[in-house]
This record gives sequence, C-alpha cells and structure tokens, in this order.
Amino acid sequence: MVTNDMVEIRWHGRGGQGAKMACLLLAEVAGLEGKFVQGFPEYGPERMGAPITAYNRISEKRCTIHSNIYYPNYVVVLDETLLDSVDVTEGLKEGGAIIINTPSSPAEIRSKLRGWTGKVCTIDARRISEEILGKNFPNTPLLAAVIKVSGALEIERFFTDIEESFKHKFATKPQVIEGNMATLKKSMEEVQVG
Amino acid sequence: MIHAKDINEHTPLEDLTPGGEIYEAGTARDFNTGTWRTDTPVFIAQACKHCMLCVPFCPDIAIPVKDGKRLEFDYMHCKGCGICENVCPFAAIKMVTGGEPI
Amino acid sequence: MSNCLSGNEAVAYAIKQINPDVMGAFPITPSTEIPEHFAQYVADGEVDTEYVTVESEHSSMSVCVAAEAAGARSVCATSSCGLALMYELLYIAASCRLPITLACVNRALSGPININNDHSDSMGARDSGWIQIYAENNQEAYDNFIMAVPVGETPSVRLPVMTCMDGFITSHAVENIELLETDAVRKFVGEYNPENYLLKKENPLAVGPYDISPYYMEHKVMEAEAMKAAKARILEVAAEFAKISGRHYGLFEEYRMEDAQLALVLIGSSAGTAKAAVDKLRENGVKAGLIKVRVFRPFPGEELARALANTKAVAVMDKSEGFSANGGPLFAETRSALYDLKDRPYLIDIVYGLGGRDLKTEDVEEVFGRLAYITVTGETGPVYTHLGQRQRRR
Repeated sequence: MVTNDMVEIRWHGRGGQGAKMACLLLAEVAGLEGKFVQGFPEYGPERMGAPITAYNRISEKRCTIHSNIYYPNYVVVLDETLLDSVDVTEGLKEGGAIIINTPSSPAEIRSKLRGWTGKVCTIDARRISEEILGKNFPNTPLLAAVIKVSGALEIERFFTDIEESFKHKFATKPQVIEGNMATLKKSMEEVQVG
Repeated sequence: MIHAKDINEHTPLEDLTPGGEIYEAGTARDFNTGTWRTDTPVFIAQACKHCMLCVPFCPDIAIPVKDGKRLEFDYMHCKGCGICENVCPFAAIKMVTGGEPI
Repeated sequence: MSNCLSGNEAVAYAIKQINPDVMGAFPITPSTEIPEHFAQYVADGEVDTEYVTVESEHSSMSVCVAAEAAGARSVCATSSCGLALMYELLYIAASCRLPITLACVNRALSGPININNDHSDSMGARDSGWIQIYAENNQEAYDNFIMAVPVGETPSVRLPVMTCMDGFITSHAVENIELLETDAVRKFVGEYNPENYLLKKENPLAVGPYDISPYYMEHKVMEAEAMKAAKARILEVAAEFAKISGRHYGLFEEYRMEDAQLALVLIGSSAGTAKAAVDKLRENGVKAGLIKVRVFRPFPGEELARALANTKAVAVMDKSEGFSANGGPLFAETRSALYDLKDRPYLIDIVYGLGGRDLKTEDVEEVFGRLAYITVTGETGPVYTHLGQRQRRR
C-alpha cells in the first residue's frame, strides 16, 4: 500500500531525452541504498520526440502496487515545451514540488503551470550538460535536482553509489564518468527553488 | 524399453511411448508393406545401364545399390507406384499387373 | 544477493545461471529484451549456450523442438504476436513431450495494434499442452523460470513450461530482487539427462511419427495424465526451491483469505495492486481477501474450490477477453471448479486491463464494493462485465 514514507515521482519527457534512463538509474541507486524501489516507463508511440512518462516509487517496505502513479510527490519535466501540451501538475500532491528543465526562474515559469501553487524548482539542465559534457543530456542534471529537492536519498551516499553505477554502465567509456559526476554536483548547486 | 515390433493397435496406452517416440532405427524392416502393392515393377537387368536415376526417385528406398550397381527391387517395401518405370531412360523397368513379384 | 533488475533482466540472468544448451532466439520485436540481454552473456563468453538466431518465432520454437529432441536443454523467450506465430510448434513441443522452457512476456494481441500488457497471448495458448506459471513481479519471474526447468524435465511430466510475466509492468520495471548464487541454481536444475534422445548412439530415437487414429487418442490421454502429474511435481519443486531461496510458492497464493467473505481471483501484477486494496479494506473492517493464481496449467481446480468454499462472493478478474460471450478463461475455469461445492459463493467475472489499461487500487475497491452489494442484496446482477472502459451509463 502507499505508506507515508513512500516517495512517488513522475517523469515527463520526450522519447530520446533519457527520462526512462534517469528513472531506472534513480531506482538502481536507491536500491543500492537499501530502499525498496520501482522504476518503470509508460510506453506511448515509440518515436523520438513523443511525450513519454516514467515513474519511481521509493519506500522502506516493498510496494506491491503496480499501477501508474496518479498522485506523485514530485514531478520532473525534462522538456519545457511539454508544459504547453501535457498537464504535468495533474494529481501532484500538496506539499510536493515540480522540477522543470528551463533557463527561466521559478517565478517566470509558474504562470505556465495551470494554477499550481506549490513549490516550483528550475534547473538549466541543457546549459549545464552542454557546458560540462558538450552535449544536451538533460536527464542527469534533473536526477540530481530531484534528489536535492526531494531529500529521498542521502546526498553523500547518492554520489558514492551513482559513481559505482556509472562505472558499471560506462564500463567501455570511463572518460564520461567524471563529466557526469561534475554535472550532478553542479546541478545540485544550481537548482532554484521558488 | 518397448520395441516398435511389439506395439500394435491392441497395445494399451500404459505400454505406449510418450509422444509415440520410437527407440530404435530401421523399424521399417519389421513391417512388410510390400503387400500394399497392386502393380509390380519388373527389373530388366540386361537393359539397365546403372545410371541410378530410378534410385533417388523411389519414394520407399526400395531399390538397393551395391558397388555402383542397382540390384533387384526390395519387394518388401516397394508399393508399386511406377515412378521408377516412368523415369527410366532405358526401358529397364516394366510395370506388370498384380502385387506378386514375377 | 540483493539487486535491482527489470523482469526481462531477471529472466535473462536466470537463463545465464541455468546455462542451457540451446536458445532458439528471434531477438527483435515482438520478442522481448530477454534474448537481447542473454546475447550479451553469449558474446561475453559467460555461457556455453548455442545461441541460434532465426528469422521468426515459428523457427525459434522449431529450433527448440529439434534441440530438445536431440537431448539438449533448450529455452526460448517471446511475447504477443511472437507467441501466436509459434502456435503450431507449441503443440508439437507438448505432444512430443519436450520439456522446453519458454519465457512469455504477456502482451496484447493485435488488433487494433497494441504493444501493452494483457494476457491474451498466453491465454490463447492455454490448451496447447504447456504448463503455465504466472508471476506477480520480477522476483517471481526469476524464481518461476528456474523452477520451470526441473518441473518440465521430470520423467513423469515431460511437458514444456511457459513462465509468464506482465509486459512492461513487470518486464520493463526495475525493482528489488534477491538473486541466488549461480552454483546454487546450477545444482538446483542439475544436468539434463533424458532417458532417450535423437543422438543417443545405443538406440537412436525417432520422434514425432505420424500418429494414426488407433494411437493418437492414447497419446493424448498420456499427455493429459502428464499434465495432472505436473501439479504434485510443481509443489515438490517449490518445496525444494524454498530450501535454497527461503521463498515459498504454491499453485496459487492466498492473501488474507483466512476469514475472507469477499474475494478476488486474479493473475499477475494486478494481484499486487489488489493486495494494497485488500489491506485498505481490512483496515476498515471489510473481510476482503484474494487468490492469485500462479499455476494456470495444470489448473488447480479442487484446491481453488476449497480455498473459496467459505467465501460469500467472488469476483474473477480476467486480463484477457475470451470472446466466449460468457466470460473470460479464468472465470470459466473458476466457475467450473466451484460447481462441486455444496454452498457456492456468488460469482462474477470482470474483464479488465486489456491492452495496458491501468488497474488502480481504486478500481479494485470498486469491485469489492460490488461484491459487498451482492452479498447484501442477494442479487448478482450482470455476471460478466468489463472494467475501466469509457462507456455511457445505461
């Protein structure tokens, strides 16, 4: 059942932006920290650019619910343009937060959020990624932002565990690990809360 | 292990094999299917050039070969279909009426 | 060994640990990620498996049929239309009594074209002579695949086994999982030593002969007897598995059924969602419970009837539409199983979740609400209905 300690996160992205990857990575890292996790994508049209949704549940006990998440604690938006077409704050719990990839400030972006009055967090994931990695991979910065904002995982431990995951994931290209770690750290510093 | 020759249409299922599998090779030797024949090929040895065309055409592998020569028909398995007569370029096979070899 | 894996990764890992002789693999859509992950193990030299890539599922199952007959332990994985394309070979495998293990990722059959979860693929193959074991989550998918091997290969059984998990919901979801040590898995499944096989030099085997009517009926009865024998063997293997894993499995799982008056019968991941609804109702004093059917073939009819004997109302939830105009396949089996009870509960069928339509805890609560209403009024109302579709009120 949905317990009080459970954190539920909904990711909105477009096919190819890595929402699923970030969602699964979060599950993996939270699992390493001894949490019970779920990370699962919802598949729509499997095409580059199509809106996609992915979900995380993180809890102290195993969650047997296997439905989608309708009342998330946190919503992560990987692409600002989704705000025009998708009701991203739908069901977002009071006291929760939305984290958006945008160069705008929380105050500037709030008007696009269809009356959402709760916490709005922004991060310029594209700029951070392009500065450090030389390419636009918005998922890693947003993963860092959601960890920071949600407090779902202990931050020092998160860095240690995700580095382990990267070593496994990027076994054939270890040169990208340092950049990804730097991206995470920079994003944690830069995320704006409003 | 039950042998194919010991299985017939009166065998109870307890004695049959799973999936009807057969645990030995060459079980055709146990069954005289030559009795199904109503016409019979006759081998005319002096006309035969041993071209071997009839051998692969025979659906029942009823034309034995030894040392590059075809031998007399295996009448235990020949069904009398007549394909061999049809493909023989040298009129060395002739079908005759009746199931008994001459 | 704790880990986080998707259902597909978990099954691929189980196959790696089993290290089968042959995998018949059609590793592209509509197959699953299982052959894809397993191909990596093959490429990395972590297994000895002969990985045979083919041009269709008809051929991947043909490979398994031939290999298994030759005495090689063979595995396969597919989904949806892929299973449909194997259909002819499913019967061949079962009737030749070849204990192949197949991972089926349950997805809808087209059309309209849909790739999401329901049980129409494996339910369509329910009468093919395959043992069918369904999983609620990645852990069960992993465990079931490992248990399937010794179940199918038991000489008194000798039937192929299909282990099923829900497409995307289980196959693509990363969750915590406890993995066994590879040595323990290898010891558990043992060597595949069939008594007879094609390549046995002492007595070469002829397999799949033409079976004229004086023999066919006998062979089908033997196959049916093997399916009956599988029931006890599944429980034996589960008991052995509990010793190495600490995880216990029956033919079905009873959840809070001790004194349950209202109960569900369902299959797969939805059972997990329904458990949360049961917990909530129990907190409110409702005597709710559920039975998650794990083994659908052989169907545990007598056991299910005993488990439901003291309930007042039962909703069977079918995740496939059988188009019988009389309810889904799980309903047909359950209703038939309950016929011999002296006092039968009220019984309804609810077809839900087709083509990935999500089942929420609220939906399950609604079903229990209907059961409560039936027990109060004594009126069953329409016996066979659907859940979750948009429809004008009538």
